[in-house]
Formats: sequence, C-alpha cells, structure tokens
Amino acid sequence: MRIKIIASCVLMMLMYAGAQAQVKHKAKPKAKHSTTTGLAASIAKGKTVYMQTCVSCHQVDGGGVQNMNPPLIKTTYVLGDKTKLITIVLNGFNESVEIEGNTYSNTMPSHDFLKDEDIANVLTFVRNSFGNKAPAVTAAEVTKVRAAVKKT
Amino acid sequence: MKNRKFITVILPLVAVCGLILLNALKSDPPLKHRNIADNAGLTLPTGFTGTALITGIGSARHIAVTPQGNIYVKINRLKNGKGIVVLHDSGDKAEVVSSFGNFSGTGIYIKNGYLYASSDENVYRFKLDAKNAVIDPEHPETVVSGLINRHEHEAKAILLDNAGNLYVNIGAYSNSCQVKDRQKGSMGQKGCPILDSAAGIWQFKADKLNQHYGDGVRYATGLRNVMGMDWNYQDNQLFVMQHGRDQLHDIFPEMFDQKQSALLPAECLYAIKKGDNAGWPYMYYDQIQHKKVLMPEYGGDGKKAGGENAIDPAAAYPGHLAPNGLLFYTGDQFPAKYKNGAFIAFHGSWNRAPEPQAGYFVVFQPFKNGKPDGQWVVFANGFSGSQAQTESGRAEHRPCGLAQGADGSLYVSDDTKGTIYKITYKK
Repeated sequence: MRIKIIASCVLMMLMYAGAQAQVKHKAKPKAKHSTTTGLAASIAKGKTVYMQTCVSCHQVDGGGVQNMNPPLIKTTYVLGDKTKLITIVLNGFNESVEIEGNTYSNTMPSHDFLKDEDIANVLTFVRNSFGNKAPAVTAAEVTKVRAAVKKT
Repeated sequence: MKNRKFITVILPLVAVCGLILLNALKSDPPLKHRNIADNAGLTLPTGFTGTALITGIGSARHIAVTPQGNIYVKINRLKNGKGIVVLHDSGDKAEVVSSFGNFSGTGIYIKNGYLYASSDENVYRFKLDAKNAVIDPEHPETVVSGLINRHEHEAKAILLDNAGNLYVNIGAYSNSCQVKDRQKGSMGQKGCPILDSAAGIWQFKADKLNQHYGDGVRYATGLRNVMGMDWNYQDNQLFVMQHGRDQLHDIFPEMFDQKQSALLPAECLYAIKKGDNAGWPYMYYDQIQHKKVLMPEYGGDGKKAGGENAIDPAAAYPGHLAPNGLLFYTGDQFPAKYKNGAFIAFHGSWNRAPEPQAGYFVVFQPFKNGKPDGQWVVFANGFSGSQAQTESGRAEHRPCGLAQGADGSLYVSDDTKGTIYKITYKK
C-alpha cells in the first residue's frame, strides 16, 4: 500500500514534469512534415529492436504472457509518463505488476545495453503499435533519464 | 528427430482439425451441443470422448478427484475470495458444490483422509470425512510454511507417496542463475546459491504440522522448476517434468539464433531417486544432439558437453512446451497400452516468439516396467481453439492439471477459461 502511494506521488510528479515538457514542445511549431516522417522511421527502426529484444517475452502482438510477462496494450505503463517507461527499460522491472485484475510476475532484466536511439525507437514503436497511440520518445529524453538513473 | 517428425506428422493433422473446429465454432452453438458434436473441441484417439464438464470456474490449476465424483480444483487467483472450488461430476456436466480456502496457489492432492493444498509459500491440509468431504473448510492445518516465493517459478506443486512423505517443488527464482536474472550476456553465479533453498524437490513429513525448511530434506536438486510430478508405483519412485530454461537467444544471441532458441532446451522427464541432481543451472539437455550441454552462462557454447554429475532425463520433449501436469494412468477404462503410461499436460509455450508457439495439448508417453518405452504421442489436442491460436500463443484453453477418476476417466483442468474436461473411453 505504502509503495502504491509513493508510486502514485512519483507518477503525479512525473506527469507534471511531462506536461511542462509538452508545453515547451508546443513553443516550436515548425517542421510538422518532417516530424511525421521522423515518427514513421522511428517506428520502423523500433520494430526491428522489438523483434530482436522484446518479442520473446512481450510477444508479436504485444499481448504479453499470462501470469508472467505484462501486456503492452493500452496500459498506463506504456501510454503514461515517458520517464517512468524509459526507466523500466534501463533498470528492468522486478516486481509483480497488476494490470486489469491479472498479476504478472516474471523478471524483466535491464536493457541499458541498448543505445539511447534504440530505446527511443522501440518505445516509440510500442507507443504506436498494438492499438496504442502516444507521443514519440526521443533519444534526448532517453539520454536525460539515463543520466538521472545513473546518479541514483 | 522426434521434433521434426512431430511437426511433419502432427501439424497438417492439427491444421485440418483446426479448420473443422473453426467451422464448427462459426455458429457457436451452446456448450452442451458442442460437446456431443466435437468432443468439447478436443481431438482424441478413436473411441475416446471429451466433455467439458464446466467452464468459468477461475484459473484452475491442479485437481484431485474423489471416488464419490467430487473434483477439488486449486485456483491460482482467488475467486470471490476463495482458492479451492469443489465440483460434483454428474456424468456429462459438473456443478459447483462449494468453494473455500482463502489462499491462491497451484498444488492439490488427496491422501490418507486429508486434502492437501498449497499456496505459493505454504502447504495446508484439510481433514476429510468418510465421503471425502472437507470437514472444516475454515480451519486448515499448516503442514509447511515459509517456502521461498520470489515472483518467479513461485507455484508449489505437491505430491504424497505411500510412505508418509510430502514432496514440494520449490522452483528457482531465476531463469539460469545469472548474476543478473535474464540479463543479456550476464554470466552464471559461481556455486549457484539458489540451489540451497530452491530449484529442487523438498521432502517433508505428511503428518507433521508447522514444518519449515529445516524439517525438510532436499530430495532432489538441480531442477529449475517442476509443476508436473507423480509417483510411479511400478518401480516405486518419483517422476518429475522440468520446465527448461528460457531465452537462449535473448541472452546469448551470438550463439543461438531465434529458431534454435525456440526449440531448445528440452522439457525433460526425470526419474528421481533421493539425492539426485538434474544439473540446473550448469547444464541443459539438448534433445536434438541427445546430450547434456554446458550452460552458456557457465562457459558453454551450445556444443560443449556438461552436467557430468547430473542424471540423464528419462525422456525429452521439445522446448518451452511447459509441462504443468504429470499423471501415471493406473485405471482400467482406457485400452491396455495406456496402463502405467504417463499423461503429460503441456500448458503451451510462450518463449518461442517470434517463432510459432506450440503445445497446448496432453501427451501420452508409453511406459514399460516403470521406464519410458517408445515414442510419445499427442493424445488430446485442440485446447487452443485453432492452429492460428496455437501459433500466436493466444490459446483459448491451456491444459494444466491432470487427475484420474475412480472409474478410470481422465480429468484435465484449464487455467485460462476455467474449464474442466473429462476424457472417457468406450469400446
């Protein structure tokens, strides 16, 4: 319970930070076209990373595995705060997680061996596949989180 | 070898059955009519009938059947706050009689007037009356407590023998005892410390309460995780089905491609004697090379032999099929060739992606004089719903527990839709 409260506090703080970042992003409206093609390219590259690194646990359809590996379909983990999501990829995740009444308990290892760009692309792919629709993750965002994670 | 033969022979068969099934499902008739028409969706050898007795009872893991036709089902995720469901089988259907037990889990077994059931940390028992009904469902006795549950291979399968012993699987809280579990390139821990308290079968006294690790004996070690186990009374020993390691490709991509990683290592049947070591995490069994191979985390390369001190498997099956139930058939209802052979419920793979998934069936392994004898065959198939659902891993039903009824019928549980199947034979 205490962990849940702490987690939701952290989540709210991160959401606030995320909202701030989005405001900043709005300030430069140029090059909309290149953003779209950039998104498509990022998704395509991200799919390659996914099929090499993530697929054996999270499956081709992103649906995960009963009792073991959580689904990546429209969950708050995937669609929510980017920092939290990037941190999971960098640090791994070793707690039971409950999603829609099901518990998933397998160990997710750290994937800090992936380059910032690969993590950005694979998360962008996941956030725009399996019925998901969420803003892209950039390599700069991963770099920032990686630096913060290293400090702690 | 075995596996290729299996694919060439079974796959077309499954595909055809899948198509027939798909057509049958189109109109989606009521369960009862489907039962009669198509064996509840199962493909069985000639003369066998499959019936779905009930569905939707929750994540039905292991099961135990009484001579009075009651079925005790252990539920892995509490339903209405209860972890054990009691069903009564009235022939072609079953009804819920009651539910009790405020703990979730996998293991359940009836022996010597008690119903034993496990959570992921403890083993409990309930006294049974002369009709095998639980006398006091609210107050179980604690037989063993404090077993390791670290959110990986946490389910505690249980079994009792005729000599007053309780056997409990304590699965490894790890895939391959790496320094960092499942981490790409991470090597194995020296003198794997997990083996001290897990990755083996522990033996406790069946009638002593409040036991802990110190009261038990590590009966067998080097077993990564075991769900299916049964006692073979022909040669009076324990047999277990091990879940082999995952992710050879993810962790060592330079040594194993995704195809190899989908097939390797074998899921092994072991005949266990007290003190045996099955070799995890230092080796795995390669069913294609027919040998014990040094684990890559401990210096292996997919070819170097390993496990010099480890016992050989009694039989080996394709990788990742997840054997969750093992039952020696001792009934007289089925044809003679089934007597004393082993049924194995393969829950179905997940660790084969992006290659097609496989399993979701019940296998029969012939035995002679207490030893596997001859080629295993798929006995009951079709749990997944279709070939496409098998390959994607999105199976409708997944076989998990096995039990034999007093009349020799075979019961199979499904922990996805909560269906209990009964398979019977008529000449």
